[in-house]
Amino acid sequence: MEPFKTLTSLAMPLDRTNVDTDQIIPKQFLKRIERTGYGDFLFFDWRQTPEGKPVADFVINNPRYKGAQILVAGKNFGCGSSREHAAWALSDYGFRVVIAPTFADIFFSNAGKNGIVLARLTEGEVETLLQNAQKIPGYKLTVSLEEQTVKDDRGFSAKFDIDPFRKFCLLEGLDDIGLTLRHAAELDKFEQQHEAATWLRAK
Amino acid sequence: MSSTPKTLFEKVWEQHVVAEPKGEPTLLYIDLQLVHEVTSPQAFEGLRLAGRKVRRPDRTIATIDHNVPTTIEGRLNIVDQISAKQISTLRQNCKDFGVELYDIDSREQGIVHVIGPELGITKPGMTIVCGDSHTSTHGAFGALAFGIGTSEVEHVLATQTLPQSKPTTFRIAVEGKLPQGVTAKDIILAIIGKIGTDGATGCVIEYAGSAIRSLSMEGRMTVCNMSIEAGARAGMIAPDETTFAYLKGRRFSPQGADWDKAVEEWKKLPSDPGAKYDRELVIDAATLAPYVSWGTSPGMVAPVTASVPDPAAAANEQDRKSFERALEYMDLKAGTPLSEVAIDRVFIGSCTNGRIEDLRAAAKIAAGHKVSSRVHAMVVPGSQQVKAQAIEEGLDKVFKEAGFDWREPGCSMCLGMNPDILSPGERCASTSNRNFEGRQGRGGRTHLVSPEMAAAAAIAGHFVDIRNWEVREEVTA
Ligand code: SF4
Repeated sequence: MEPFKTLTSLAMPLDRTNVDTDQIIPKQFLKRIERTGYGDFLFFDWRQTPEGKPVADFVINNPRYKGAQILVAGKNFGCGSSREHAAWALSDYGFRVVIAPTFADIFFSNAGKNGIVLARLTEGEVETLLQNAQKIPGYKLTVSLEEQTVKDDRGFSAKFDIDPFRKFCLLEGLDDIGLTLRHAAELDKFEQQHEAATWLRAK
Repeated sequence: MSSTPKTLFEKVWEQHVVAEPKGEPTLLYIDLQLVHEVTSPQAFEGLRLAGRKVRRPDRTIATIDHNVPTTIEGRLNIVDQISAKQISTLRQNCKDFGVELYDIDSREQGIVHVIGPELGITKPGMTIVCGDSHTSTHGAFGALAFGIGTSEVEHVLATQTLPQSKPTTFRIAVEGKLPQGVTAKDIILAIIGKIGTDGATGCVIEYAGSAIRSLSMEGRMTVCNMSIEAGARAGMIAPDETTFAYLKGRRFSPQGADWDKAVEEWKKLPSDPGAKYDRELVIDAATLAPYVSWGTSPGMVAPVTASVPDPAAAANEQDRKSFERALEYMDLKAGTPLSEVAIDRVFIGSCTNGRIEDLRAAAKIAAGHKVSSRVHAMVVPGSQQVKAQAIEEGLDKVFKEAGFDWREPGCSMCLGMNPDILSPGERCASTSNRNFEGRQGRGGRTHLVSPEMAAAAAIAGHFVDIRNWEVREEVTA
């Protein structure tokens, strides 16, 4: 996992609430057995007509936002299915940060595992960023994970909360299994005792 | 002896704490992981790359459900090469890592959340995970069960643990007697409509109250299944005599003296009197009705007697925009009575409502009637065992005589990863759990309802209030 410190990038506004993982990556792309190559299918049903033509007014197709690594969206982003493919698609497309008022739980955890920073700002702050990114060509944001801030160069500045451990893992780019294996001895001991609970056996 | 009263959730959580490193999430032991073809290939690949094994193959069970075709011919020769590849990859992975697989030709194959309980693998007090958000279903047994992503699937395969921050608790009590025609599905649709699709984010919901206790295990699973649609991490219901009666004698349920010991332990699980929750909500069962979803988010629901709402009446600007978008996608006009909305397709099945009791309820409505000539209606049992049971009871005949299309088990049109999909513009009454844009096929329009409401809609060609339905024939086994 790639460590994250600070990032300055164009911000892409996705002015929709309850963006579910079925929209982020539709099911026909879940049949692949790889972890990479999902970026071209990000928001597939919104960016293309059924005939395969680009939908001109969908934000990803607007050349103005080409290269954006920060996505700004409405509340409850990432709700629905647990598919990690949603995080893979966002990251493969190039996004390193998503800013929204709230995120769904499973997506939240999947994003972290893929080095994507999720910044929760208030609805008012998100609304301001959505407006600015829509109105001001070349609108950029700077996200600092160390400082836990989102800023622009016009005076906007907001802080976001992040669990300290999650922050540490993102800053260092740490892999979870490695972290857990630090507890191998405790795990062996727990597991031995737990075997006595026959009523909790799977088979 | 006085100790702090604990909730069901807290008891299960505490029994599974492996380590509590300071400033980090708790390391939780996982009793059971269920695996399916869609969210596991990259996890097994990760193990291979790191030279790791599956730590507890005996606590891991796999099946194929998401992209299996639901016709016999389709299953023998899977035309979609990428689906076929995903299925053969799971077979190989199970073989390489020693995981038991309930394959397509197994008499126990089915939707992962249907077969776990049916085989008695799901048990009260367990921690259960699966790379599927509807893992919350198993909470109906008093297990702590939640959906995870593929990296977490790999983590559990490798370590049988998961780092988790402790969720908050939310008790939802449904009190009183359910009115006739109001089902478990209506309870959960009402709850989501009330608290919203992010109303329980970060929480474990405990469903309680006399209306919940009166539900069968199938009904309880329907309620817990859709906890995720309210944003919850998991849903739980305290185990009781109904739970034990369901589990007794199942293939992997404890036997003999182990059974007695198990019941004794499970009886300690219900929340202690006076246990504290972070939030509480009480719902009067008498106020519930049969519901129909009208939009593209499961919170957009209304009683079947109501009309499509007017976006102008939305609580705020964001909601107004999303209501308008939803109505446009659904091709509905504000003010149209829901009972006048005509449908093209019906889907009865899924991990929400594809169990034997759901099929019985739908068959009772269908018996002696005929599916409307403009509707194509499908019944997809949740598992091979559900199918076999339904055949034994003659339900397949009832459905076929009424003009329903009777299929092989799988997820089917719940998400349309197999050939069962809606065409653009088609409108479907569905017993599944998600009405997102394109969920059942690009441009398809989904209305979430109970099995009874779906069966009645198939016959009438539009939504009808099930409370006024004429039951024509008794279905007898
Ligand atoms: S039936 Fe639908 S919701 Fe349930 S596991 Fe299958 S795809 Fe997921």
